[in-house]
Amino acid sequence: MKKRQFGRFGVQKNWTIPYAVFLLVFVITPLILIAIYAFTDADGQFSLANFQKFIHHGETVNTFVYSIGIALITTLVCLIVGYPVAWILSQNIFSSTSVIVMLFILPMWINTLIRTLATVALFDFLQLPLGEGALIFGLVYNFLPFMIYPIYNVLNKTDHSLTEAAQDLGACPLKVFTRVTLPLSMPGVTSGILMVFMPTVSTFAIAELLTLNNIKLLGTTVQENINNGMWNYGAAISLVMLLLIGVSSLFTDDKSGEEGGLL
Amino acid sequence: MTILGPSGCGKTTLLRLIAGFLPATSGQIFIGGKEITGIPPYKRPVNTVFQKYALFPHLNVYDNIAFGLKLKKLPRKEIDRKVARVLKMVSMTDYEYRSVDSLSGGQQQRVAIARAIVNEPEVLLLDEPLSALDLKMRQDMQMELKELHKNLKITFLYVTHDQEEALTLSDTVVVMSEGVIQQTGTPMDVYNEPANSFVADFIGASNILNAEMIEDELVRFANHDFKCVDKGFGEHTPVDVVLRPEDIVVFENPSNGMLCGKIQSVVFKGVHYELTVLTEDGYELLVHDYNCFNVGATVGLAVKPFDIHVMKKERVCNTFEGKLIDASHVEFLGHEFECKEVEGIEAGERVKVEVDFGDVELLDNEGMIEGEVKYILYKCDRYHLTVLTDWDENIYVDTQDVWDDGDKVGISIMPEHIRVIHL
Repeated sequence: MKKRQFGRFGVQKNWTIPYAVFLLVFVITPLILIAIYAFTDADGQFSLANFQKFIHHGETVNTFVYSIGIALITTLVCLIVGYPVAWILSQNIFSSTSVIVMLFILPMWINTLIRTLATVALFDFLQLPLGEGALIFGLVYNFLPFMIYPIYNVLNKTDHSLTEAAQDLGACPLKVFTRVTLPLSMPGVTSGILMVFMPTVSTFAIAELLTLNNIKLLGTTVQENINNGMWNYGAAISLVMLLLIGVSSLFTDDKSGEEGGLL
Repeated sequence: MTILGPSGCGKTTLLRLIAGFLPATSGQIFIGGKEITGIPPYKRPVNTVFQKYALFPHLNVYDNIAFGLKLKKLPRKEIDRKVARVLKMVSMTDYEYRSVDSLSGGQQQRVAIARAIVNEPEVLLLDEPLSALDLKMRQDMQMELKELHKNLKITFLYVTHDQEEALTLSDTVVVMSEGVIQQTGTPMDVYNEPANSFVADFIGASNILNAEMIEDELVRFANHDFKCVDKGFGEHTPVDVVLRPEDIVVFENPSNGMLCGKIQSVVFKGVHYELTVLTEDGYELLVHDYNCFNVGATVGLAVKPFDIHVMKKERVCNTFEGKLIDASHVEFLGHEFECKEVEGIEAGERVKVEVDFGDVELLDNEGMIEGEVKYILYKCDRYHLTVLTDWDENIYVDTQDVWDDGDKVGISIMPEHIRVIHL
């Protein structure tokens, strides 16, 4: 009996092998390759030249700072727009909340590029100029669901008796929100911020299409360098970007990951 | 004061109305003579201890308790003093800076109580606060709540489905069923003088029997006449009789008792033995006695006149409003029933229909109409069921068969058992 159970356990362990292989080939190896490329020159010798170039190359540093700025603004707008939406949805004011949540998530079924091209067409049709404003609009439009969903999830799971308890203890609706609802929804908020901030820092297609290639983001720079055969420099910038995303994800604690329910 | 009732009887709804979480569709609510019907919950002079405590998980014990005081913008020192005082009351001193998640159920309960009483409400609402605790803990907390109530001198409104808890804790018990108050009184009154068979059945163990009031101070049940102390019911009136198991006296010699019966089962309950005795005429009685008897032994049973409690029957047969379709068909409960030839009533006229409890048949499969068993009352020789039909009207049934609460049943009534009466 015991032996059979052990055997079964062994089988279950084997099931993970394909995934381990997949991760090794498509995640770990590329990451190591990026690191190797970043720390070598065109001849394959170890060097820090790529990073020195990055620091001294004023234009790239500007793009770097600008990308972070754009990502921050996008995240902020998503938060300001997304939180009230998530809150309203969680109150079950509408008779079929799930349908409305669905409507917000539905655009994600369509490819980002197609949606962005449609946004360009929309701006053309309305005769609005493409540029920074259009870029932020496009980013918010693309990433808003990633903000709404984790917040909605947390708010929806929050025990309704807690808000009742707050009212019972003398809190007016505004105080209930600031003292109880908002603090309790913070895991969802941090999760949402990460889900929006991380991809916007590295985006490039949306920037290209919505600014007619006038505004460069860090993602664009990486793409250009790699397209032009400058693999080592491109890898170095990617590594810096990865580091930034890695650091930003440290701002959340372990709990938000499970409670926030990343999509 | 305790609101007592089975789950789903509306007691929590009542509490939520008082707390202000539900708007009242009609009627008014007063606290201390002041109307609070339209006032939002945060302005009402009440505080609630919630069933699942509802402590704020992002705040520690101190901040949970100080929540209401901080909203009132009291000076820091006063908050400290008040929090320390209530923590001492619920014996949780030194727990101020613990997170609420690290506390046990009983400790969370104490914090929840402290959080409510620190605001010094006029009325403290408690919504089954002890239901999540185990028995020993519950009994300890009951004593502590009683002590708190004595010290605080504010009204506690306590909701529970546990009859023992209600009797232990309260000055006044309100028994509710299906949104209607059945009886209000002291624990003693409610136990000794139940207003109807529901109250008698719900509070404590009891034997409820169909009986007939022969004349004043003489009642007939279980095929015997008994002297009692009740009067004013009228002669030959059907009534319900309640006998508490501890009021029935058992004699080893059968000829010493008024009733004679065979012991069916004996269960040791700690202080007493619980006996089931089947009388010669087929009535099964629950008896508590300090002495042990053998199963199968024939014993005599007796009850003192004072211990026989007679109650008015709420109804003696099913009564429905219906419509006569033709001379041999009548419509009620949303169905057309065949009935005996009716004379002297025009077809299409509205009529009253009567059916005796014992004449309603319950079936496993489809009957003429369908319903769900809502409530079962054991009457010593039969079950008295309340069945909610799909037409949303109750039909009451006497049966020997065993059904369970919530069973879906088919209902059928034979034509000869339907009495059609001119309105």
